[in-house]
Amino acid sequence: MSINEYFNLLWSDYTLRTITLGTAVLGAICGMLGSFAVLRKQSLLGDAISHAALPGIALAFLITGAKDSVILLLGALVSGLVGTFWIRGITSKTHLKSDTALGLILSIFFGFGMLLLTFIQKLPNANQAGLDKYLFGQAATLVESDVKLMVIVTGISLFVMLLFWKEFKILLFDADYTKTLGFNTKFIDVLITFLIVLAIVLGLQTVGVVLMSAILLAPAAAARQWTNNLGTMVLLAAVFGAFSGVFGTAISASQNNLSTGPVIVLVAGVFVLFSFIFSPKRGLLFREIRFRKNRTDLKLMKTLQFMYGIAQDHENISHPHAIRILNNFHGFTKSSLKKLENEGWIAIHGQQWAMTPKGFKQAQEMYNQKTVNE
Amino acid sequence: MSSPQIEIQLIAAIVAMACAIPGVFLVLRKMALISDAISHAILPGIVIGFFVTQDLNSPLLILLAALTGVITVVLVEFIQKTGLVKEDTAIGLVFPVLFSIGVILIAKNANDVHLDVDAVLLGELAFAPFDRLMVGGADWGPKSLWVMGSILLITISLLLLFFKELKVSTFDAGLSSAIGISPVIMHYGLMSISSITVVGAFDAVGAILVVALMIAPAATAYLLTEDLKKMIALSLLFSVVSAIAGYWLANFLDASISGSIATTLGVIFLIVYLFAPKKGLISVLYRQKQQKIEVSLITFLLHLNRHEEERERHINHLQEHINWREVRARTVLDLAEKNNLVKIKNDVVSLTTKGLTFTEKSLDYIINNKDEKIEPMKEDFFLFRG
Repeated sequence: MSINEYFNLLWSDYTLRTITLGTAVLGAICGMLGSFAVLRKQSLLGDAISHAALPGIALAFLITGAKDSVILLLGALVSGLVGTFWIRGITSKTHLKSDTALGLILSIFFGFGMLLLTFIQKLPNANQAGLDKYLFGQAATLVESDVKLMVIVTGISLFVMLLFWKEFKILLFDADYTKTLGFNTKFIDVLITFLIVLAIVLGLQTVGVVLMSAILLAPAAAARQWTNNLGTMVLLAAVFGAFSGVFGTAISASQNNLSTGPVIVLVAGVFVLFSFIFSPKRGLLFREIRFRKNRTDLKLMKTLQFMYGIAQDHENISHPHAIRILNNFHGFTKSSLKKLENEGWIAIHGQQWAMTPKGFKQAQEMYNQKTVNE
Repeated sequence: MSSPQIEIQLIAAIVAMACAIPGVFLVLRKMALISDAISHAILPGIVIGFFVTQDLNSPLLILLAALTGVITVVLVEFIQKTGLVKEDTAIGLVFPVLFSIGVILIAKNANDVHLDVDAVLLGELAFAPFDRLMVGGADWGPKSLWVMGSILLITISLLLLFFKELKVSTFDAGLSSAIGISPVIMHYGLMSISSITVVGAFDAVGAILVVALMIAPAATAYLLTEDLKKMIALSLLFSVVSAIAGYWLANFLDASISGSIATTLGVIFLIVYLFAPKKGLISVLYRQKQQKIEVSLITFLLHLNRHEEERERHINHLQEHINWREVRARTVLDLAEKNNLVKIKNDVVSLTTKGLTFTEKSLDYIINNKDEKIEPMKEDFFLFRG
């Protein structure tokens, strides 16, 4: 199946439509809430939470014996929250740093989850065929009820986010100020964290515990490069996330043997890479171009300044001088002389240059400006 | 115990020790999550190495994959340097992408490669004794025992050789470069060793549980001591204990060995986290409560000291003046009376001589806030803790 066929089939094939819608909604909610995670410097919390959710899934299955994804995700939610609050307990009550706490909870919970999963596998009445998908995720297992759940949760989080927009925003940028204004910062904080955990848990079935954090981070990190406005960033991240979901599903559906999760991550990665390089304000490419331009400008001014120094000593400022008295150290090249001439600051006759009144004035003012600044 | 059982335990213990040593430095350098990143990001390295060598235990594969680990670190640092995203986001972006590339490489070549993602991610210690090193027809024991044994040996010798350098560059990078020990070299040295260890160990315990083996023993030890040598010794102890205990737990439950080792590490950490004598949760909470009472007591005594008039020092008045809840006020008053700092006569509280000296000392401390004043004060404070 080629990509074109995929998009044709999208409108007729029920399964494909369900999966695509699911990954798109997932990408959107993750991008939306991931923006907060990225800005709150909690990027890696997502990684820890998604790993910490694994034992919850296994325990929910062990206790209820149900394979219903709502119950399993509820288990994941509880254990993800336990992990999150334990991480906070470690960082706030001991001298262990947050990276240690994150890595510790992540690996230990995951190990415990693996212990439970392998234990379940060996049980005589094990009907666990569905549990493995939470490791790497299988978008193909999404059914309509899962997508409905995603849409509902996304709707609720969107509503809560809009309702508490002002509070979220102010807590994000100035926590102390928020407290002095009398907001219940603890409540807002827990609410944001809860929403982030919710988004992660929702994605486990589709992309799995290992790659979940990337779906959370990548759209937000890409969106961050294009704007300095929180609202725009959240919106852009949601769009990037949804596109990553759709394109990822399309690519993986059109090839054999490609699981959806990693492809979505790679598509999101491409978004990030593109934004890192080509974003007009922060991007590496334009930044490099700006650097170069500044550097040549600076060199040009240095040459002009040197010429000014020479011209000052003569009564007639336009007295011609030999080009060779300028040396390389003062940034003179053929092209820089040409540029100076184009600006109308100097005039070149053969092997000689002469300053124009305009150039003299320019150099003089530059000098004055410098003294003013100092 | 059969011989494979002994071999599995031996491998588990050696893997655990080999991970614990670099883990201590990663935790101290606040780079614990780099181990997580490396353990995921080596996947493409392992896959490509496997295409070349066709042997998971080949030293070439280990070197290739370890190189991917170091490249990950360099990439993360490059992204951090651009300042486009905050530092933790850089880690969170790089390793899932590399991991995804690895997963896709495996999936695309699934037919030719005897390697699957589950095995890389989770490992299977129980199979380790079956892959044996044969030299000239003689059985030299399990391959992974030799691989991890050499890695452990290299790590220990490097640790002994460069202990001083590691120590100074970990705790004071500025001093370290001033006395001619390049923190950069130490950093990349540590990163290389960590990468090699992770690659060597993933086969046995899987990529994610390597993280548990690196971080958990060090974090547990860090709660118990602040001496680097003791911390390393304790980490080694915890790692070996949990490797052996984890093996038997897995044996009992008939479940994944690596999972149960990680669980054991988690249980040990939980116990230490709760009960560690100085840094444990219970002692921290207890100390915070004590400090709260002490602060209240000093506030109370200072208040008494300020008011000469009897009216101001009447019990009822005091309660409304300082505005404490009844229970708290009662605790503080009892404490002060028990230690002969105040006496109550006709419901009027007044400072005793002892109370007065103590209050003046506290006041002195609060005003001057000099360090040397703290030491004798500490002894005074101990009075109340009994």
